[in-house]
Order: sequence, then structure tokens, then C-alpha cells
Amino acid sequence: MRHPLIGLGFFALIAFLPVFGDNYILRLGTMFAMYAVLSQSWNIIGGYAGYPSFATAAFFGLGAYTGAILQGLGLAMPLAWAAAGLMAAAFAAAMGAAILHLKGHYFAIASLVLAEVLLEITTSWTSLTGGGMGLNLPIIRMSVAAQARLFFWSMLVLAVLTFLMSWYVSAGRIGFALRCIRQNEDASSMVGINTTLYKIIAFVLSALFVGSAGALYASWVFYIEPPDVYSVMTTVRPIVMTMLGGPGTLLGPVIGSGIFLVIEEVVWRNFLSIHAAVLGILIVGLIFYLPNGVVGTAMRKLRKRKAHKVETRP
Amino acid sequence: MLYAQILLNGLVLGGLYACISVGFSLVWGVLNVINVLHGSFVVLGSYIAYFAYVHLGIHPFVSVVIAGALLFALGYVVQLGLINRVVGAPVLTTLVLTFGLDLLLNNGMLLAFSADYRSVQLANPLGSKVIAGLVFPLDRLVAMLLAGVLTGLLYLLLVRSKIGHAIVAVRMDREAAALMGVDVKTIYAITFGIGALMAGAAGSLLSLVFPISPLASSEYLSIAFIVCVLGGLGSIAGAIVGGLALGLIQSFGALFIGPEHGLTIAFVLLILLLIFKPTGIMGRRGYE
Repeated sequence: MRHPLIGLGFFALIAFLPVFGDNYILRLGTMFAMYAVLSQSWNIIGGYAGYPSFATAAFFGLGAYTGAILQGLGLAMPLAWAAAGLMAAAFAAAMGAAILHLKGHYFAIASLVLAEVLLEITTSWTSLTGGGMGLNLPIIRMSVAAQARLFFWSMLVLAVLTFLMSWYVSAGRIGFALRCIRQNEDASSMVGINTTLYKIIAFVLSALFVGSAGALYASWVFYIEPPDVYSVMTTVRPIVMTMLGGPGTLLGPVIGSGIFLVIEEVVWRNFLSIHAAVLGILIVGLIFYLPNGVVGTAMRKLRKRKAHKVETRP
Repeated sequence: MLYAQILLNGLVLGGLYACISVGFSLVWGVLNVINVLHGSFVVLGSYIAYFAYVHLGIHPFVSVVIAGALLFALGYVVQLGLINRVVGAPVLTTLVLTFGLDLLLNNGMLLAFSADYRSVQLANPLGSKVIAGLVFPLDRLVAMLLAGVLTGLLYLLLVRSKIGHAIVAVRMDREAAALMGVDVKTIYAITFGIGALMAGAAGSLLSLVFPISPLASSEYLSIAFIVCVLGGLGSIAGAIVGGLALGLIQSFGALFIGPEHGLTIAFVLLILLLIFKPTGIMGRRGYE
């Protein structure tokens, strides 16, 4: 019961950012919320179920374009965001049914290819998507400061919704089934867990909020182009954030997103040209020195200390 | 006639693709590691060939040897020092680690060589020859033949040499090979080195065909992926069949649907193949 409250408290702290009134801080807060949506979503399939999904960019880009096109047709912003989430979820359901029987590297590649195919389709379907020229979104009649607040609050609400979904999954039946699948899929299906169903549920849940975040991102930045929203980095960042925080834990992705954002900001500001290299070093360091992430490692230490105490009790 | 020409172009392209992929496939098959660095290794090979030609006047056909040797050393060291520590870990770990290393290498090349596209402009190119109405681009053709020779040499190494036998043994059963006195970690390092060598050699040959830039690495990596899954994992024959198949798919796809969709078709085919026959054309199941 403690972890969910810590998580909600963390989001509540972020909600105080507008007090500072600074647009840069608000931008950081919005980025954090977006990262938190992506990493928590990835954690469902990658952390709990242990399936190495590289499909985040596919969901994000599909959501961004769905939202942008619907807004261009005159749909209200919140409806377009919701529709984008549903679109990504539907896509995940269809694709999941097709590729979730693959394992290991094969699943990783298949999920990676989803974004590539969508990227190519988006680029060539010029009449609908503007092709390589990209797509401009309708202008919102609002002051810059009001817009910054609007997108900050919307993204934060989305992040909290993702957190609640994550909580629901981790505490309930779905989380149990997904952990079983990660441990041993064959054994799980033998004891009567419908592994196919739960894998598809996990894949859909990992797409739903990412699709909305993509649409929100599109409205926020006003202009999207295929290589931007379908970028491999969109796929890799949430993985690194989750591994940083602790895969398969409720708080890990949220904390990982925060740490990652801080590192990224410091590096972006000071060493723009070696940005990717620093990310690379971070990844290598993570794998060798912190394979369970911050939360995972801390929990292990705590558990050990408790066990130690019990043993040494007179 | 048009079809014959496209067939020829497709085969030439496919031969080069096979050379890009054969090392990637070997590493995946033996180590169960998808080497995301592979695309950057190819680009590095191209740069070595480029600078060897511009500064020393060494023809790319010759610098295949230099690029191969340098990249073998690089690959050997990377595997021995870093990747060996995570072989056997979950797929995500090895994938993300090689991705991180690739970010480092690629960013390094970007800093050192900039993103500008370069190409090797030969002082006296072989040009092309028309035989029976078919245009034979000679430089490309020789590059493809050399790629074929290299692949053949790799095959001989695996089948005839002691190291090759050890590699095959480790691929079949790691524990049993270790019991028979094979030093698995060294074999892994040699295998990864050979994968890098093939990438470097391919890059050196490709410097004559494609523009050189760090940005090209992800495309080479995609090609290696697709070829591997198309052909079937871990066998040299699979890489050749997959490479030729991809070359033909791209050439004919460009004719019927448009050149900008070549890679899309390949990707869609890849997904379909993954769904219905993940073992690839050659039908040998590798690791999961």
C-alpha cells in the first residue's frame, strides 16, 4: 500500500511546478510527465511480462498522427487525444495478436519493425499526412503561458492515469499473470493461465496511453514529421528510464523518468554534440552496475537488511 | 530485357547485402546476441576505405584487408571486455547494451567525420560494359565477387579450421563444448571479431557503391535484420539466400510499386514472414 501513495505524492509534488511560473520549468514538468507515461506503459509489457517490446515509437507516432489529423478535421483537442489512444490500442491489439507468439529477439525485431512500417506508410501517404513535409496543427487561440499550463496539466493527468493503470495491473490478477509469464511462460499456461490473452492485454495497455501522449505531444509542439515521432529514440528512452528506475516495479519507471530527465537536461545544455554518446555510456553503466535499477536495488538491500535482522535476533 | 537487367541489378545488390549480413547472422547464431553495432561497423569499414584511398591511394578493393583486420581487433576487444559479461542474460540486456555501445561509436564517428555524405571517387574506375544489351557495372560486379570470395572464405574457415569447428561446437552446445576443453569466452570473442571483420570488409566494398555517412548505419542494420530473418538465422547459406532475396525484392519492388517503397515492401514481408514462418526461407530454427 505504501508504494502507490509514494507515487501519487511524487506526482502531487510535480503538480506544484506551475507555482514557479517559469515556462522552462513547466516545459520540464511536461517532458517529465510525458516520459513517465511512456516508461510506465513500457513497463507493463517489458517489465512485468518480460517481453522486450520495441514498439513504443510505433504507438507514439500513430497517436501523434491520429490526433493531428483529427484535430485538422475539426475535432476538439481532448477528444482527438482520446481517439488517438484508442487508435494505438486497437493497433496494438491487432499487431499483438499477430506477433506476440514470437519470443526473444524475434519479438523484439517484429515490434521494432512496426514503427518502421508506419514511418514508411506515413511518409508516402502524402495526401493524408503531408508526407515528409510534416503536418501543422491548428493554432490554439491562447496566450503562450496559458498554453504551457494547459499542456502541463493535461500531460500530468495522463501520467497519473497511467500510474493508476499501472497500480491496478501490478496489484491485481493481470500483474500476477504477467509475472508468471515472465518467470516461465510454458509453466504458466500449463497451470491454466490464458497467456495469449494476458499478453495481448499487456500490449494494449502499453499502447493506450502512449497513443494519447503522442497526440498531446503533437498538439503541444504544433508540428510533427515522420522521423521525429517515429524515432528509434522514442522507443529506447522509455526502456532506459525503466531500467534506470527498476523494471517490473510500480515506482521504478516514474523515478527513472525523473533521473533520466535531469541527466538529459544537464547533458543537452552543456554537451550538445555528445548527447548520444553520454546516453550510450549511461546505458553501458546501467547494465553493468545497476541491472535492477534504483528502486530494484534499494528494495533488494532493504530485504537483505530485514532478513539479516531476523537472523540476528536473539 | 528490362526484367533481365533488373534481375542482374538485384543480384548484384543482393550479393553485397549478403556480405553485410553474414557476420551479423554468425554472431546472432553463435552468441544469441543481436549486434546493434553492426551497421556502425560497416560504416567504419567504409571510412577506413575512404581515408586509405584519399590519403594513401589504396584502392578500396585492397583496403578490404585493412578494414577487416582493424575491425576484427575492435570486435574482439569489445566482446572480450564488455559483451562477454552479459552473454546469456535476457534478450533485452544484450540488445540494450549493444545499442548503448552503438550510440557511443556512432556519435564518435559523427564527431570525428561529421554527418556529411562522402564517396570514394576512383581516379580510373572500371566503368561499365554492355554485353548482349545488358549493362554490367564493373566496379559493383567486382565488389560483389569479392564479397562472394570473402563469404566463401568464411565458410571454409567454419568447415575446415580448428577454430571454425570450435565455433560450430559452441553454437551447437555451449556446455558440452566447454567440457571438451573449448574456451568459450575466447571463441565468443573470435566469433564477434569475425562478425566485425565481415562488416568492415563489406563497408570497404560498399564505399564504392553507397555514400558514406554515420547516418547510413541504421539502414545497414535494418538490412542485416531483414536478410537474417528472410534467410534463416545463423547459417551462411541463409545469409546468401536472404541477401539475394532482399536485393531482388528491392529491385522488382522499385519497378512495380516505386523506388521509394523498396524498404517498405521488405519490412512488410519481414513482418509477414515473422508471423507465419519465423524460421526463414532456409528453415533452421536458431535461438529464440
